[in-house]
Amino acid sequence: MQAATEVLDELRARILEAADSGTALRLRGAGTKDFYGEQLEGIVLDLSRYQGIVHYEPSELVLTARCGTPLSQIEAALAAQGQFLAFEPPRFGADPTLGGSIAAGLSGPGRTYLGAARDFVLGAHLLNGQGETLRFGGEVMKNVAGFDVARLLCGSLGILGVITQVSLKVLPLPRAQVTLRLEWTLAEALQQFNRLGGEPLPLTAAAWHAGAAWLRLAGAAPAVEAACARIGGERVDESPARSFWSALRDLTLPFFAHEPLWRVSVPSTAPALALEGPVLIDWGGALRWYAGLPASAAVRAQASAAGGTAALFRGAASEGAPRFQPLPDVNLTLHRRLKERFDPKGIFNRSRLIPGL
Amino acid sequence: MSVPDLLGSLRTVLPADALLVSAEDRRPFECDGLTVFRELPALVALPRTEAEVRAVLVSCHRHGVPVVARGSGTGLSGGATPHPGGVLLSLARMNRILHIDPLARTARLEPGVPNQRISEAAAAFGLYYAPDPSSQVACSIGGNVAENSGGVHCLKYGLTVHNVLGVRGFGIAGERIELGGTAADGPGLDLLALTIGSEGLLMVVTEVIVKLIPRPPCAQLVMASFPDVHRAGDAVAAIIGAGIIPAGLEMMDRKATAAVEPFVHAGYDLDAAAILLVESDGTPEEVADQVAEIERVLRAAGASSVRVSGSEAERVRLWSGRKNAFPAAGRISPDYYCMDGTIPRKHVGRVLEAIEAMEASYQLRCMNVFHAGDGNLHPVILFDANEAGSWERAERFGAQILELCVELGGTITGEHGVGIEKINSMCVQFSPAERAAFFAIKEAFDPQALLNPGKVIPTLARCAEYGRMRVHHGALAHPELPRF
Repeated sequence: MQAATEVLDELRARILEAADSGTALRLRGAGTKDFYGEQLEGIVLDLSRYQGIVHYEPSELVLTARCGTPLSQIEAALAAQGQFLAFEPPRFGADPTLGGSIAAGLSGPGRTYLGAARDFVLGAHLLNGQGETLRFGGEVMKNVAGFDVARLLCGSLGILGVITQVSLKVLPLPRAQVTLRLEWTLAEALQQFNRLGGEPLPLTAAAWHAGAAWLRLAGAAPAVEAACARIGGERVDESPARSFWSALRDLTLPFFAHEPLWRVSVPSTAPALALEGPVLIDWGGALRWYAGLPASAAVRAQASAAGGTAALFRGAASEGAPRFQPLPDVNLTLHRRLKERFDPKGIFNRSRLIPGL
Repeated sequence: MSVPDLLGSLRTVLPADALLVSAEDRRPFECDGLTVFRELPALVALPRTEAEVRAVLVSCHRHGVPVVARGSGTGLSGGATPHPGGVLLSLARMNRILHIDPLARTARLEPGVPNQRISEAAAAFGLYYAPDPSSQVACSIGGNVAENSGGVHCLKYGLTVHNVLGVRGFGIAGERIELGGTAADGPGLDLLALTIGSEGLLMVVTEVIVKLIPRPPCAQLVMASFPDVHRAGDAVAAIIGAGIIPAGLEMMDRKATAAVEPFVHAGYDLDAAAILLVESDGTPEEVADQVAEIERVLRAAGASSVRVSGSEAERVRLWSGRKNAFPAAGRISPDYYCMDGTIPRKHVGRVLEAIEAMEASYQLRCMNVFHAGDGNLHPVILFDANEAGSWERAERFGAQILELCVELGGTITGEHGVGIEKINSMCVQFSPAERAAFFAIKEAFDPQALLNPGKVIPTLARCAEYGRMRVHHGALAHPELPRF
């Protein structure tokens, strides 16, 4: 295999060439999220070859890897040491790269309880439009030197440059994990999720779909047992429980196959939205998926009224309609100015996050 | 830039008591918690409402006058040191808790609300706000946002950035900026993460939404003594390596326990070279399980004695020594200078040894307390400002500790911020291109550089000058001697 430094040199050369000619580049890892974002523009810059775990010290709770490293490789290395990525990045039934996962900034079912992808980003390297590698953050838990650009890059969809390396905080795997299933209506589930969220319980996920709530409890065995006794419900066997959480994380449950698929982020206490069609609740009520709803205006209006936003996650967008909820003007101006300064030639992932940017 | 013109326009938009003009009135604002840096601001504004904050910003923007926002002024890096030609914008009067939503577990706050008051108000609902900087009685949530403050429970519960859901406020031109909110995710770049810890350089925050979490019903503290600092450092790694994330994991060296004990009577082992304080919290079942495991790991790691708090009173007493480490320093020395580097945990022993060697070369004592679980060091350098050259030696001592932190893969500031204090050390940690990126961000928010100018990001010229100075020092025959 080619040495990492050579791959990086090649990437740099490609970027400088593109900057020179004003060619748009489309940053791509494993391509598991080609469906995600506003528009795909430009020539593919393949980042999957820049791979490898750079440092991993279990007792430091930090793992650093190059952007092209497959998530499977990282998760295997962690599992061998009894650790894991607590933000559970979705894999979509395939094997995404670390860089793509961080650029997308998506988090799994534990988001409300364990944290989001950006919460675990400690540092990142950015290859900018001038071919310079910039290092932000680092490999330590606490670091407030300079602006927190590493976290800014998480979810940036590559518009500020190539995230070439990422350092993450990792966590020890919980000693015990139990899944409970409870027959609740949607309204009951929303109420219970919020009520339970205010109690000192080792809750790490709470989802609802088709008349049943799924609660994941994890931590010290006696604490998990005590919580189970307190909550009640049916205990799900380990294997189906694991399959459920993994399919929820990866969006491979049959529910997610329906398009268009809307991802609605609202306060967890928002009542059930007045939208027809199948719904799936995650993050203890803070994330609501709607499948098969074509009317973007209604979804956006409902999400806004509930104090949140809606994104058309998968499926065809209606002509000219943006997939992500448009930003207020002031925020858009800040985005524009940041983009101009980080990527003055406008070569990176044009229009992927915001149309025209 | 014209301050008299500005004063005229501010008088039309602020009530008379919201503007301090005389030198005598402005004096209390001349420094923050890092008192060695002092500047008298041209004016002090004390708005009570968002509209008044906006009016101050709009006027300053129009007149090209710098603005330095300030919360409670407890910061330790000179982040709120005033600009001599600018307005010091104190947000201390905006100190209302606007709303607590127990079901959603959120609190909406004005920026001047003291950190501890949030948890006090949330206690009725069995909830609290997790980040607990040692100044939490006084420090404001707005200041916490500006500094991305930490505390002793960060390893398990995170920093300010992990516990703030949204902010709103104004840009320098008075434009309303809202970032994040009570919904978990939003579209676009994570500007909230960028703003938290931006030390007042990007915007002025007038409202903060924080996450509240359930108060753990039970907490116990384990205190362990170690015959040498290396073994104490290894014990920290052993705890984490065993898959334990304690609520708090603190280390104090013998100099620190010796300073604290006569003052607080915490019951620390004064014979130990270092002690560890390891806290477990959660449900009673969880704590019992974890404490047993912690005890086992500490003994296996060579602790000479291990003690578990038997009551809440004892737990609080054991913590009080740690929380009073800085005041204790003030009792045994006329002045002290608290540093704030972070290193990978494995280098703890090495750094403590290096600091001991530096004590000899700078002829100053240094006691060490630190957030061992996070690798966040707080060496407290003791000096006497009345003694000629003493502060300069302390400053050089501190800078050398920070350089060592960077060399070992760490950072120059874990939670206190860069401010004006560590601006030179930023030259060591970041390349010119990285600093240019920071300036680019600053420019995107504040094109005229009026918000807290001259802080955090050093100019190229400044770094060049600092580089010359360092090389110069390195080339001297006796680099340990002060040459300022």
